[in-house]
Amino acid sequence: MFSEFLQFMLTGVTLGTTYALVGLGFSIIFNASNVINFAQGEFIMLGGMTTVFLVGAGLPLPLAIVLAVIATGLVGMALEKFAVEPAGNAEVVTLIIITIGASLFLRGLAQILWGKGFFALEAFSGEDPINILGAIIVPQSLWVIGVSVVIMAVLWYFFSRTMLGRAILATSHNKVAAQLVGINTRFVLLMSFGLSAMLGAIAGIIIAPISLTSYDVGILLGLKGFAAAVLGGLGSGVGAIIGGLILGIAETMTAGYLSSDYKDAVPFIIMLLILFFLPRGLLGGRGTERV
Amino acid sequence: MSLLRIEGLSKVFGGIHAIKDLSFGIREGTIHSVIGPNGAGKTTLFNLITGVYTPTVGRILLEERDISGIAPFRLARLGVSRTFQNLQICQNMTALENVMMGRHLHLDSRFLPAMLRLPGIVRGDRACRDKAAELMAFVGLESYLDADADSMPYGALKRLEIARALAAEPRLLLLDEPAAGLNPRETAQIDQLIQKVASTGMTIMLVEHDMKLVMGISDHILVLDYGKKLAEGTADEIRNNPDVIAAYLGG
Amino acid sequence: MGLTTPRTGGLLALALVIALLPLAFQNNYHYDVAIHIIINAAVVVGLNLLIGYAGQISLGHAAFFGLGAYTSAILTANHGWPPLAALGAGAAGVGLLAFLIGQPILRLKGHYLAMATLGFGIIISIVLNTESALTGGPDGMVVPAFTLLGWNLYGEKTWYWVFGGLLVLVTWLALNIIDSPVGRALRGVHGSEVAAQVSGMNTSHYKVLIFVVSAVIASIAGSLAAHYAGFITPGESGFFRSIELVTMVVLGGMASTFGAILGALILTLLPQLLAGFEDYEMMVFGAILMVTMIFMPKGLLPTLLRLRRARS
Repeated sequence: MFSEFLQFMLTGVTLGTTYALVGLGFSIIFNASNVINFAQGEFIMLGGMTTVFLVGAGLPLPLAIVLAVIATGLVGMALEKFAVEPAGNAEVVTLIIITIGASLFLRGLAQILWGKGFFALEAFSGEDPINILGAIIVPQSLWVIGVSVVIMAVLWYFFSRTMLGRAILATSHNKVAAQLVGINTRFVLLMSFGLSAMLGAIAGIIIAPISLTSYDVGILLGLKGFAAAVLGGLGSGVGAIIGGLILGIAETMTAGYLSSDYKDAVPFIIMLLILFFLPRGLLGGRGTERV
Repeated sequence: MSLLRIEGLSKVFGGIHAIKDLSFGIREGTIHSVIGPNGAGKTTLFNLITGVYTPTVGRILLEERDISGIAPFRLARLGVSRTFQNLQICQNMTALENVMMGRHLHLDSRFLPAMLRLPGIVRGDRACRDKAAELMAFVGLESYLDADADSMPYGALKRLEIARALAAEPRLLLLDEPAAGLNPRETAQIDQLIQKVASTGMTIMLVEHDMKLVMGISDHILVLDYGKKLAEGTADEIRNNPDVIAAYLGG
Repeated sequence: MGLTTPRTGGLLALALVIALLPLAFQNNYHYDVAIHIIINAAVVVGLNLLIGYAGQISLGHAAFFGLGAYTSAILTANHGWPPLAALGAGAAGVGLLAFLIGQPILRLKGHYLAMATLGFGIIISIVLNTESALTGGPDGMVVPAFTLLGWNLYGEKTWYWVFGGLLVLVTWLALNIIDSPVGRALRGVHGSEVAAQVSGMNTSHYKVLIFVVSAVIASIAGSLAAHYAGFITPGESGFFRSIELVTMVVLGGMASTFGAILGALILTLLPQLLAGFEDYEMMVFGAILMVTMIFMPKGLLPTLLRLRRARS
């Protein structure tokens, strides 16, 4: 009984940290530009798929990972430069459609490059299951949780101690004020997208050995990551993390104890409930209306 | 006879009194202005009257009917219209349609007749269009009859909003800084327009910074300072009031 | 008829095009393509009222289409209902659902509204996929033919006239709504909700109203489409389908009924033209979306009209 519960918890935390990373990506971009980046999910996909492709081309795994992350980061910046920036001060609907278009474009591109098949990425340190108090998890889960924790620590350091990180925060609080103190907000925006893309890529890479990757994985993961960000409060980093964990655990618990068919609906039901009753999220994110 | 009466009104935001124990009345058919330094509470007062805020204490009475905290769209049904300091014009419509919007309550706004384009709807819209054109001429915007709202200059839009407010045929017209952002010539035009509207017997309440405008047209002036009533009276009384002079440097 | 030329002229042109188009058709396949264009156009005319005129967003509208389709399918196939009654039940059910879900959802704005409608759409799509006992699951289910008073509606040619008539009707209704106090209220909600409120408009009421109307239109189209195809799958109610619909509105022209029809035409034809290039379809779609929204945010038709006006 307990071991089963623990099993679900651990799976849930594994899943949840992935959602948290994706949600963080959403929050960073939203903070910097007030744009909900629908293409966030595709960064996850690109991370995993590019790595698979590079490994298949003969590169050692660590190198493949680094290159894939950088490449995805560049894609993120390209998205900002060529799709978001030209749109200027467009209406919300317009911006949403633009990023949806980008998402389709990237997915379509992946489909052409790599086909519709599913691919497996080799687990980082083997596949032998580990037994923790009766719960069975694969080593990759520990990688997922471990890497995520490291990333979050790095991000915390980045945003609170480095110039660029603080510039991003400043821009997100008040763009004009940031410009007035000499922050190049265009550059900040570019970096935000790049950073978000890299986060997404890393999430995609660490989860790939557990759940297969394909040109199509981006959407659902992206949407659930978004649900995590909304749950925690759009724009709040800590919120995204908490939101992600809650969603991941809720999903696996539902799959385990209630019905595995409806597990995919859980994040969206939670998101709807939050939007109806606590739209600012658990930690009170930012509003999007400009009066 | 007071059309609008404020009784013991207070509004507290996070421990600070934006309005404190304010009482006054607006007589029908008069132009009543509210002035005061920045932060005096003019906008808060305006928002309280128009239902954007709910009073912490006190009452707002429209012809003895308590309208405190009323939903803005219901206020229009009670005969109160307002304009906005920073303009709320629908850029996605023509100038004429913006004014037609103001007449909404006088039209049959039911869905089914609209969907089936019943003759009553068509007739109503035609009459509405004519009335809106009349109003645009009344406020001096004849040359913009065929214009899109997003191609009109600021000064014209200010007058368009007044036309829209008048389209509702209100009993009380609330003008929120009608001269804000206007040059002297445009201000003089607004001045004339307000007097023209008043001459039709309309009751007008005005919140404004431009002292010359206020002194020139008001029947009654209320001076606010730090959310409290500093003085009240005619232009001459206010002009010579030492408290006002002290608080409101430069007038 | 009415006073304004663009609307009556446009409606007449639409009716004429629909009436005369079959002269160019050489086989049933052409009729089939035209029918799919028309089905999309009908849904999109309704959706445009919500997105283009009232300025709201709905990224889950395919759910209403699918619900109408499945209600018709289930009631006629499993319970022997007459198709017209099933269609009515579907429309009523969808209307009620849209009314109930619309109240909380339409209190949201901007991104939050978008995501809420998205979430709603996905949940419905998952339900339709999962309840296989009822819906046949991911493989879909067979839909009986549409019979009315003993008369069996069958064949591309017959259905073409049914759908053509539906489109003309829906377009006429939409144009009527737009050119009325209700239409101005909708545009007021979009232009400046505050201004609309102080003019006496209960803006929440109008938002929910148009949400319900556009949902019911989608439901009716869905029901008829199900009977026409003889088969439905949950894909009809999925996320991609919802995005397709929004793209049609946005591409053709927000706040332009005929623009929406144009958008439906272009985007339904596109996959047909790209036959052989199916792999590129998604990419092309995405590229079109981005380019259109960046350079022509008002959509194709309004932008073209504005260019023409500027030149004269």
